[in-house]
Amino acid sequence: MLEATRSQDVAAKAVLDLSHIHQAFPRPNGDSSVVLDDISFSLREGEIVGVLGRSGCGKSTLLRIASGLMRPTSGKVTYEGAPVDRPAKGIAMVFQTFALFPWLTVLQNVMAGLDALGMKEAQAREKALAAIELIGLDGFETAYPRELSGGMRQRVGFARALVVDPVILLMDEAFSALDVLTAETLRSDFIDIWTEKKTAIKSVMLVTHNIEEAVFLCDRIIVLASNPGRIATELEVPLPQPRERLAPEFREIVDDIYARMTAGRGPQTGEKGDAALAGIGMRLPVVPSLRIADFLDMLALPPLSGKADLRVLGERLRLEVDTLLPVEEAAQILGFVEMKGGALHLTAAGKIFAGDTAEGRKKLFGEHLLRSVPLAAHIRRILSERSPHAAPRGRFLPELQDHLTPHEADQTLTAVIDWGRYAEIFAYDHKHHRFSLTP
Amino acid sequence: MHAPVHLHATTIPAKLAAPNRWDLLAFPLIFAVLVLLAVGAKGTFGSLEAVKAGPISLDPAMLPGYAVRTVLRMLAAMAASLLFTLTYGTLAAKSKRAELILIPILDVLQSVPILGYISFTVVFFMNLFPGRVLGAELASIFAVFTSQAWNMAFSFYQSLRTVPLDLDEASRAFRFSSWQRFWRVEAPFAVPGLVWNMMMSMSGGWFFVVASEAISVGDEQIALPGIGSYVALAIERQDLGAIGWALLAMTLVILLYDQLMFRPLVVWADHFRSEQAAAQSLPHSWFLTVVHRARFLHALGRPLGLAAQWTLRAPILNKAVPGPMITETTTRSRVVDGLWYVGVILAALFAASIIIRYIATELNWSDVLTVLRLGAYTLLRVAVLIALASIIWVPIGVMIGLRPKLAEAIQPLAQFLAAFPANLLFPFAVITIVRFDLNPDIWLSLLMILGTQWYILFNVIAGATAYPTDFLEAASNFQIHGWKWWRNVILPGIFPYYVTGALTASGGAWNASIVAESVSWGQTHLTAQGLGSYIAEMTTKADYPRIVLGIAVMSLYVIFFNRVLWRRLYRYGERHSRLD
Repeated sequence: MLEATRSQDVAAKAVLDLSHIHQAFPRPNGDSSVVLDDISFSLREGEIVGVLGRSGCGKSTLLRIASGLMRPTSGKVTYEGAPVDRPAKGIAMVFQTFALFPWLTVLQNVMAGLDALGMKEAQAREKALAAIELIGLDGFETAYPRELSGGMRQRVGFARALVVDPVILLMDEAFSALDVLTAETLRSDFIDIWTEKKTAIKSVMLVTHNIEEAVFLCDRIIVLASNPGRIATELEVPLPQPRERLAPEFREIVDDIYARMTAGRGPQTGEKGDAALAGIGMRLPVVPSLRIADFLDMLALPPLSGKADLRVLGERLRLEVDTLLPVEEAAQILGFVEMKGGALHLTAAGKIFAGDTAEGRKKLFGEHLLRSVPLAAHIRRILSERSPHAAPRGRFLPELQDHLTPHEADQTLTAVIDWGRYAEIFAYDHKHHRFSLTP
Repeated sequence: MHAPVHLHATTIPAKLAAPNRWDLLAFPLIFAVLVLLAVGAKGTFGSLEAVKAGPISLDPAMLPGYAVRTVLRMLAAMAASLLFTLTYGTLAAKSKRAELILIPILDVLQSVPILGYISFTVVFFMNLFPGRVLGAELASIFAVFTSQAWNMAFSFYQSLRTVPLDLDEASRAFRFSSWQRFWRVEAPFAVPGLVWNMMMSMSGGWFFVVASEAISVGDEQIALPGIGSYVALAIERQDLGAIGWALLAMTLVILLYDQLMFRPLVVWADHFRSEQAAAQSLPHSWFLTVVHRARFLHALGRPLGLAAQWTLRAPILNKAVPGPMITETTTRSRVVDGLWYVGVILAALFAASIIIRYIATELNWSDVLTVLRLGAYTLLRVAVLIALASIIWVPIGVMIGLRPKLAEAIQPLAQFLAAFPANLLFPFAVITIVRFDLNPDIWLSLLMILGTQWYILFNVIAGATAYPTDFLEAASNFQIHGWKWWRNVILPGIFPYYVTGALTASGGAWNASIVAESVSWGQTHLTAQGLGSYIAEMTTKADYPRIVLGIAVMSLYVIFFNRVLWRRLYRYGERHSRLD
């Protein structure tokens, strides 16, 4: 069983070691934006490690560095004692988008990795057929990927990765492009293959934004914080496989991770940090204003009546954590909700908002926007100073880029445009990229 | 939907390889083509005297033989274009520094009038193989090649640059060698775009093969056996019947080409579409079906398939394994880049000075002004004609495109008309103009657009066919009719397609001006004032400095026209008319 091989009690051998990984991308203005900051951990023999984080926290970059697809700016990846500076033999990958070659049949796709190893055709064919059977795709050898459903395509993705007899399997959001039911079946099938040791894989690293998926599959979970990506917390999942999603122990761990992912997070600033705090460099999540309104409504209505766990709220709104957290963050920035003791509460303003008319909501939203988001106040001030009361997008973008990466700056401006339009504190002409005061 | 058939020899068990009834069909078809090609090729390597001794005959019985020679030239040019595409396009996509030179060169080459420099290439190739037909053949093939290769190379380069990131990562993660990567990922991804561009190239190619077979440069008169020379002779002898036979032969050749080569290619290329969704309607080719079902033929093809498989495994070809992805953090030597830039600029200045000095030996500023003025006339013609053609064909194209049944019937016809070499129809125009005593400056202009207007039509049809039905339903639900409907509903939707068509048509019109502004019927010569007739006249006189001047100015006009009008429209369309 897995219990015996799990890492904590036995100091199992490290198969892959990441040490002080640091990744930065250059910016147009000369300095660089940090994506990953000093990340160190090891994959030990016999464990599945999950890297959990919100989109944009650099987890996919981390996976690519671990696989040798990308070189880190600094830091070292070691695989079985040797440094990894290019895709290594023995490390295979499963992709979120499946990444199958559309012009090759299932069999040819699976064989492609073996061809790259220079294996004889007859032998490669035999191995590929065995992998296809293991993953439950026999009968589809001559089909083309476009004839298959999403779940079957990802099975081909798994077969292609398993057939090269990898020592380490890397999964990049391998289940997130599939519908709920298909994803669950594939996860269970994968866990069967893993626990029954049908392959030579010694350890698995998977990257996901789905908390339940991480708890379902992993022996150890590393939670990444964003901007820049660094290890926020790390925890073991001491449950035996197969795991039961509805079991209280399972729910407890999921709730714990929810709490850890939201705890200690104040208003987000750009990576230049405290200097920009509360300035116009505050990074804003791109969340449509109407979704914030829905979120507040749901929280205000019975049975929640103004107070709830994030997980419960997410389930009610049918939002995954990846989409839920930005909404919560936006509502918190605007001062409509606050976190108290691991639970989310509506503030007094939030309660008024939820009970107000459409007109009143807009007014309240605008007041909070101008008070809590310095960028919104800044745009409003510039517009009223100018004559005519208008300014191009390009007027504000460079200012933001002093504090944020170009992408973050763009996102932040997009967010503030939507909020400002909803609150009617300014107008924006998308065609000509111009702000103006509401006529 | 049936599963796409595939050509891989490995999937056909050897014991099934006994001939079947499909072989009965496929064999004669394929071998007839091979025999014809072999017969045609025999003449290619003879001496020039043989061509001069056995001149072109207007006997219709000779036409099939001539047609084969013409087709052969097209095939040779296409093979050369493919080879060029695979090398030039790959180099430009793989090396940043090569890209810096190769892509601007390609851009300019696309704008140079092909028939303009044929006089140079004829002399060049004739000197390369003195006294052999091969020289003249190569000059003709080269003319067709230059009409085909550039856009194919561009398409290939674009495809290589836009291989989806996940496929790129997968090929690296699974340690494909550079060779495997090229043949398993990059080339297949480029196939659909390349095949489409081959079709467009081939369409344009017929015009140039016909125009380049009978060439006279100064005293040198060459008439290679082919449909083009046949027509040239018929024009000289004023034989209308022979022209009719040539039209018939050309029609049959284009239809056969479509059935035996392009339909199979399009169906085959469909497997390389990278969208994962199943196609709505799969193109169909009876010829490809016959070939697929012919078992014995497969057995013959098996060694080829095995050889191809072998190259994917052979250690000698698969040594180089690409490393990690190139990220922006990968530093390149700035100094070397700078030196490279400076070198390129110096080379360009040097080349420009050579051209200017060459032209300046005999010419002065008044020549330049004359050519600029003539260029303005031709520019005016092109602009007016494109406008006229648009006014006529856009509404018709929309009407056709919105009726799927009709579009299905008309689209192949429009494509056929675009491929048909319009220069075969010029004699009729001359007869009409002479008969009614029309002004050649105005009426000859129509010939420039005769062949290329169809690009506007079939692109607009394609755009209207692809227009989302729900938009149309919404428009009719909100009672949007008349001009408002055109202005707000349909025109924005087909705009990008229209620009593509008009761009191709205008490029074609510039090229055609060289043969269209100066036409003859027997001893009757009609000339319209313009840059095209200027270049044609100087070619006959073998006045090289003036030819160079003419080509240079025409290229500048084309580049200017493209930059100022078409590129902007294209970008405007991309920004404002995207339907997704």
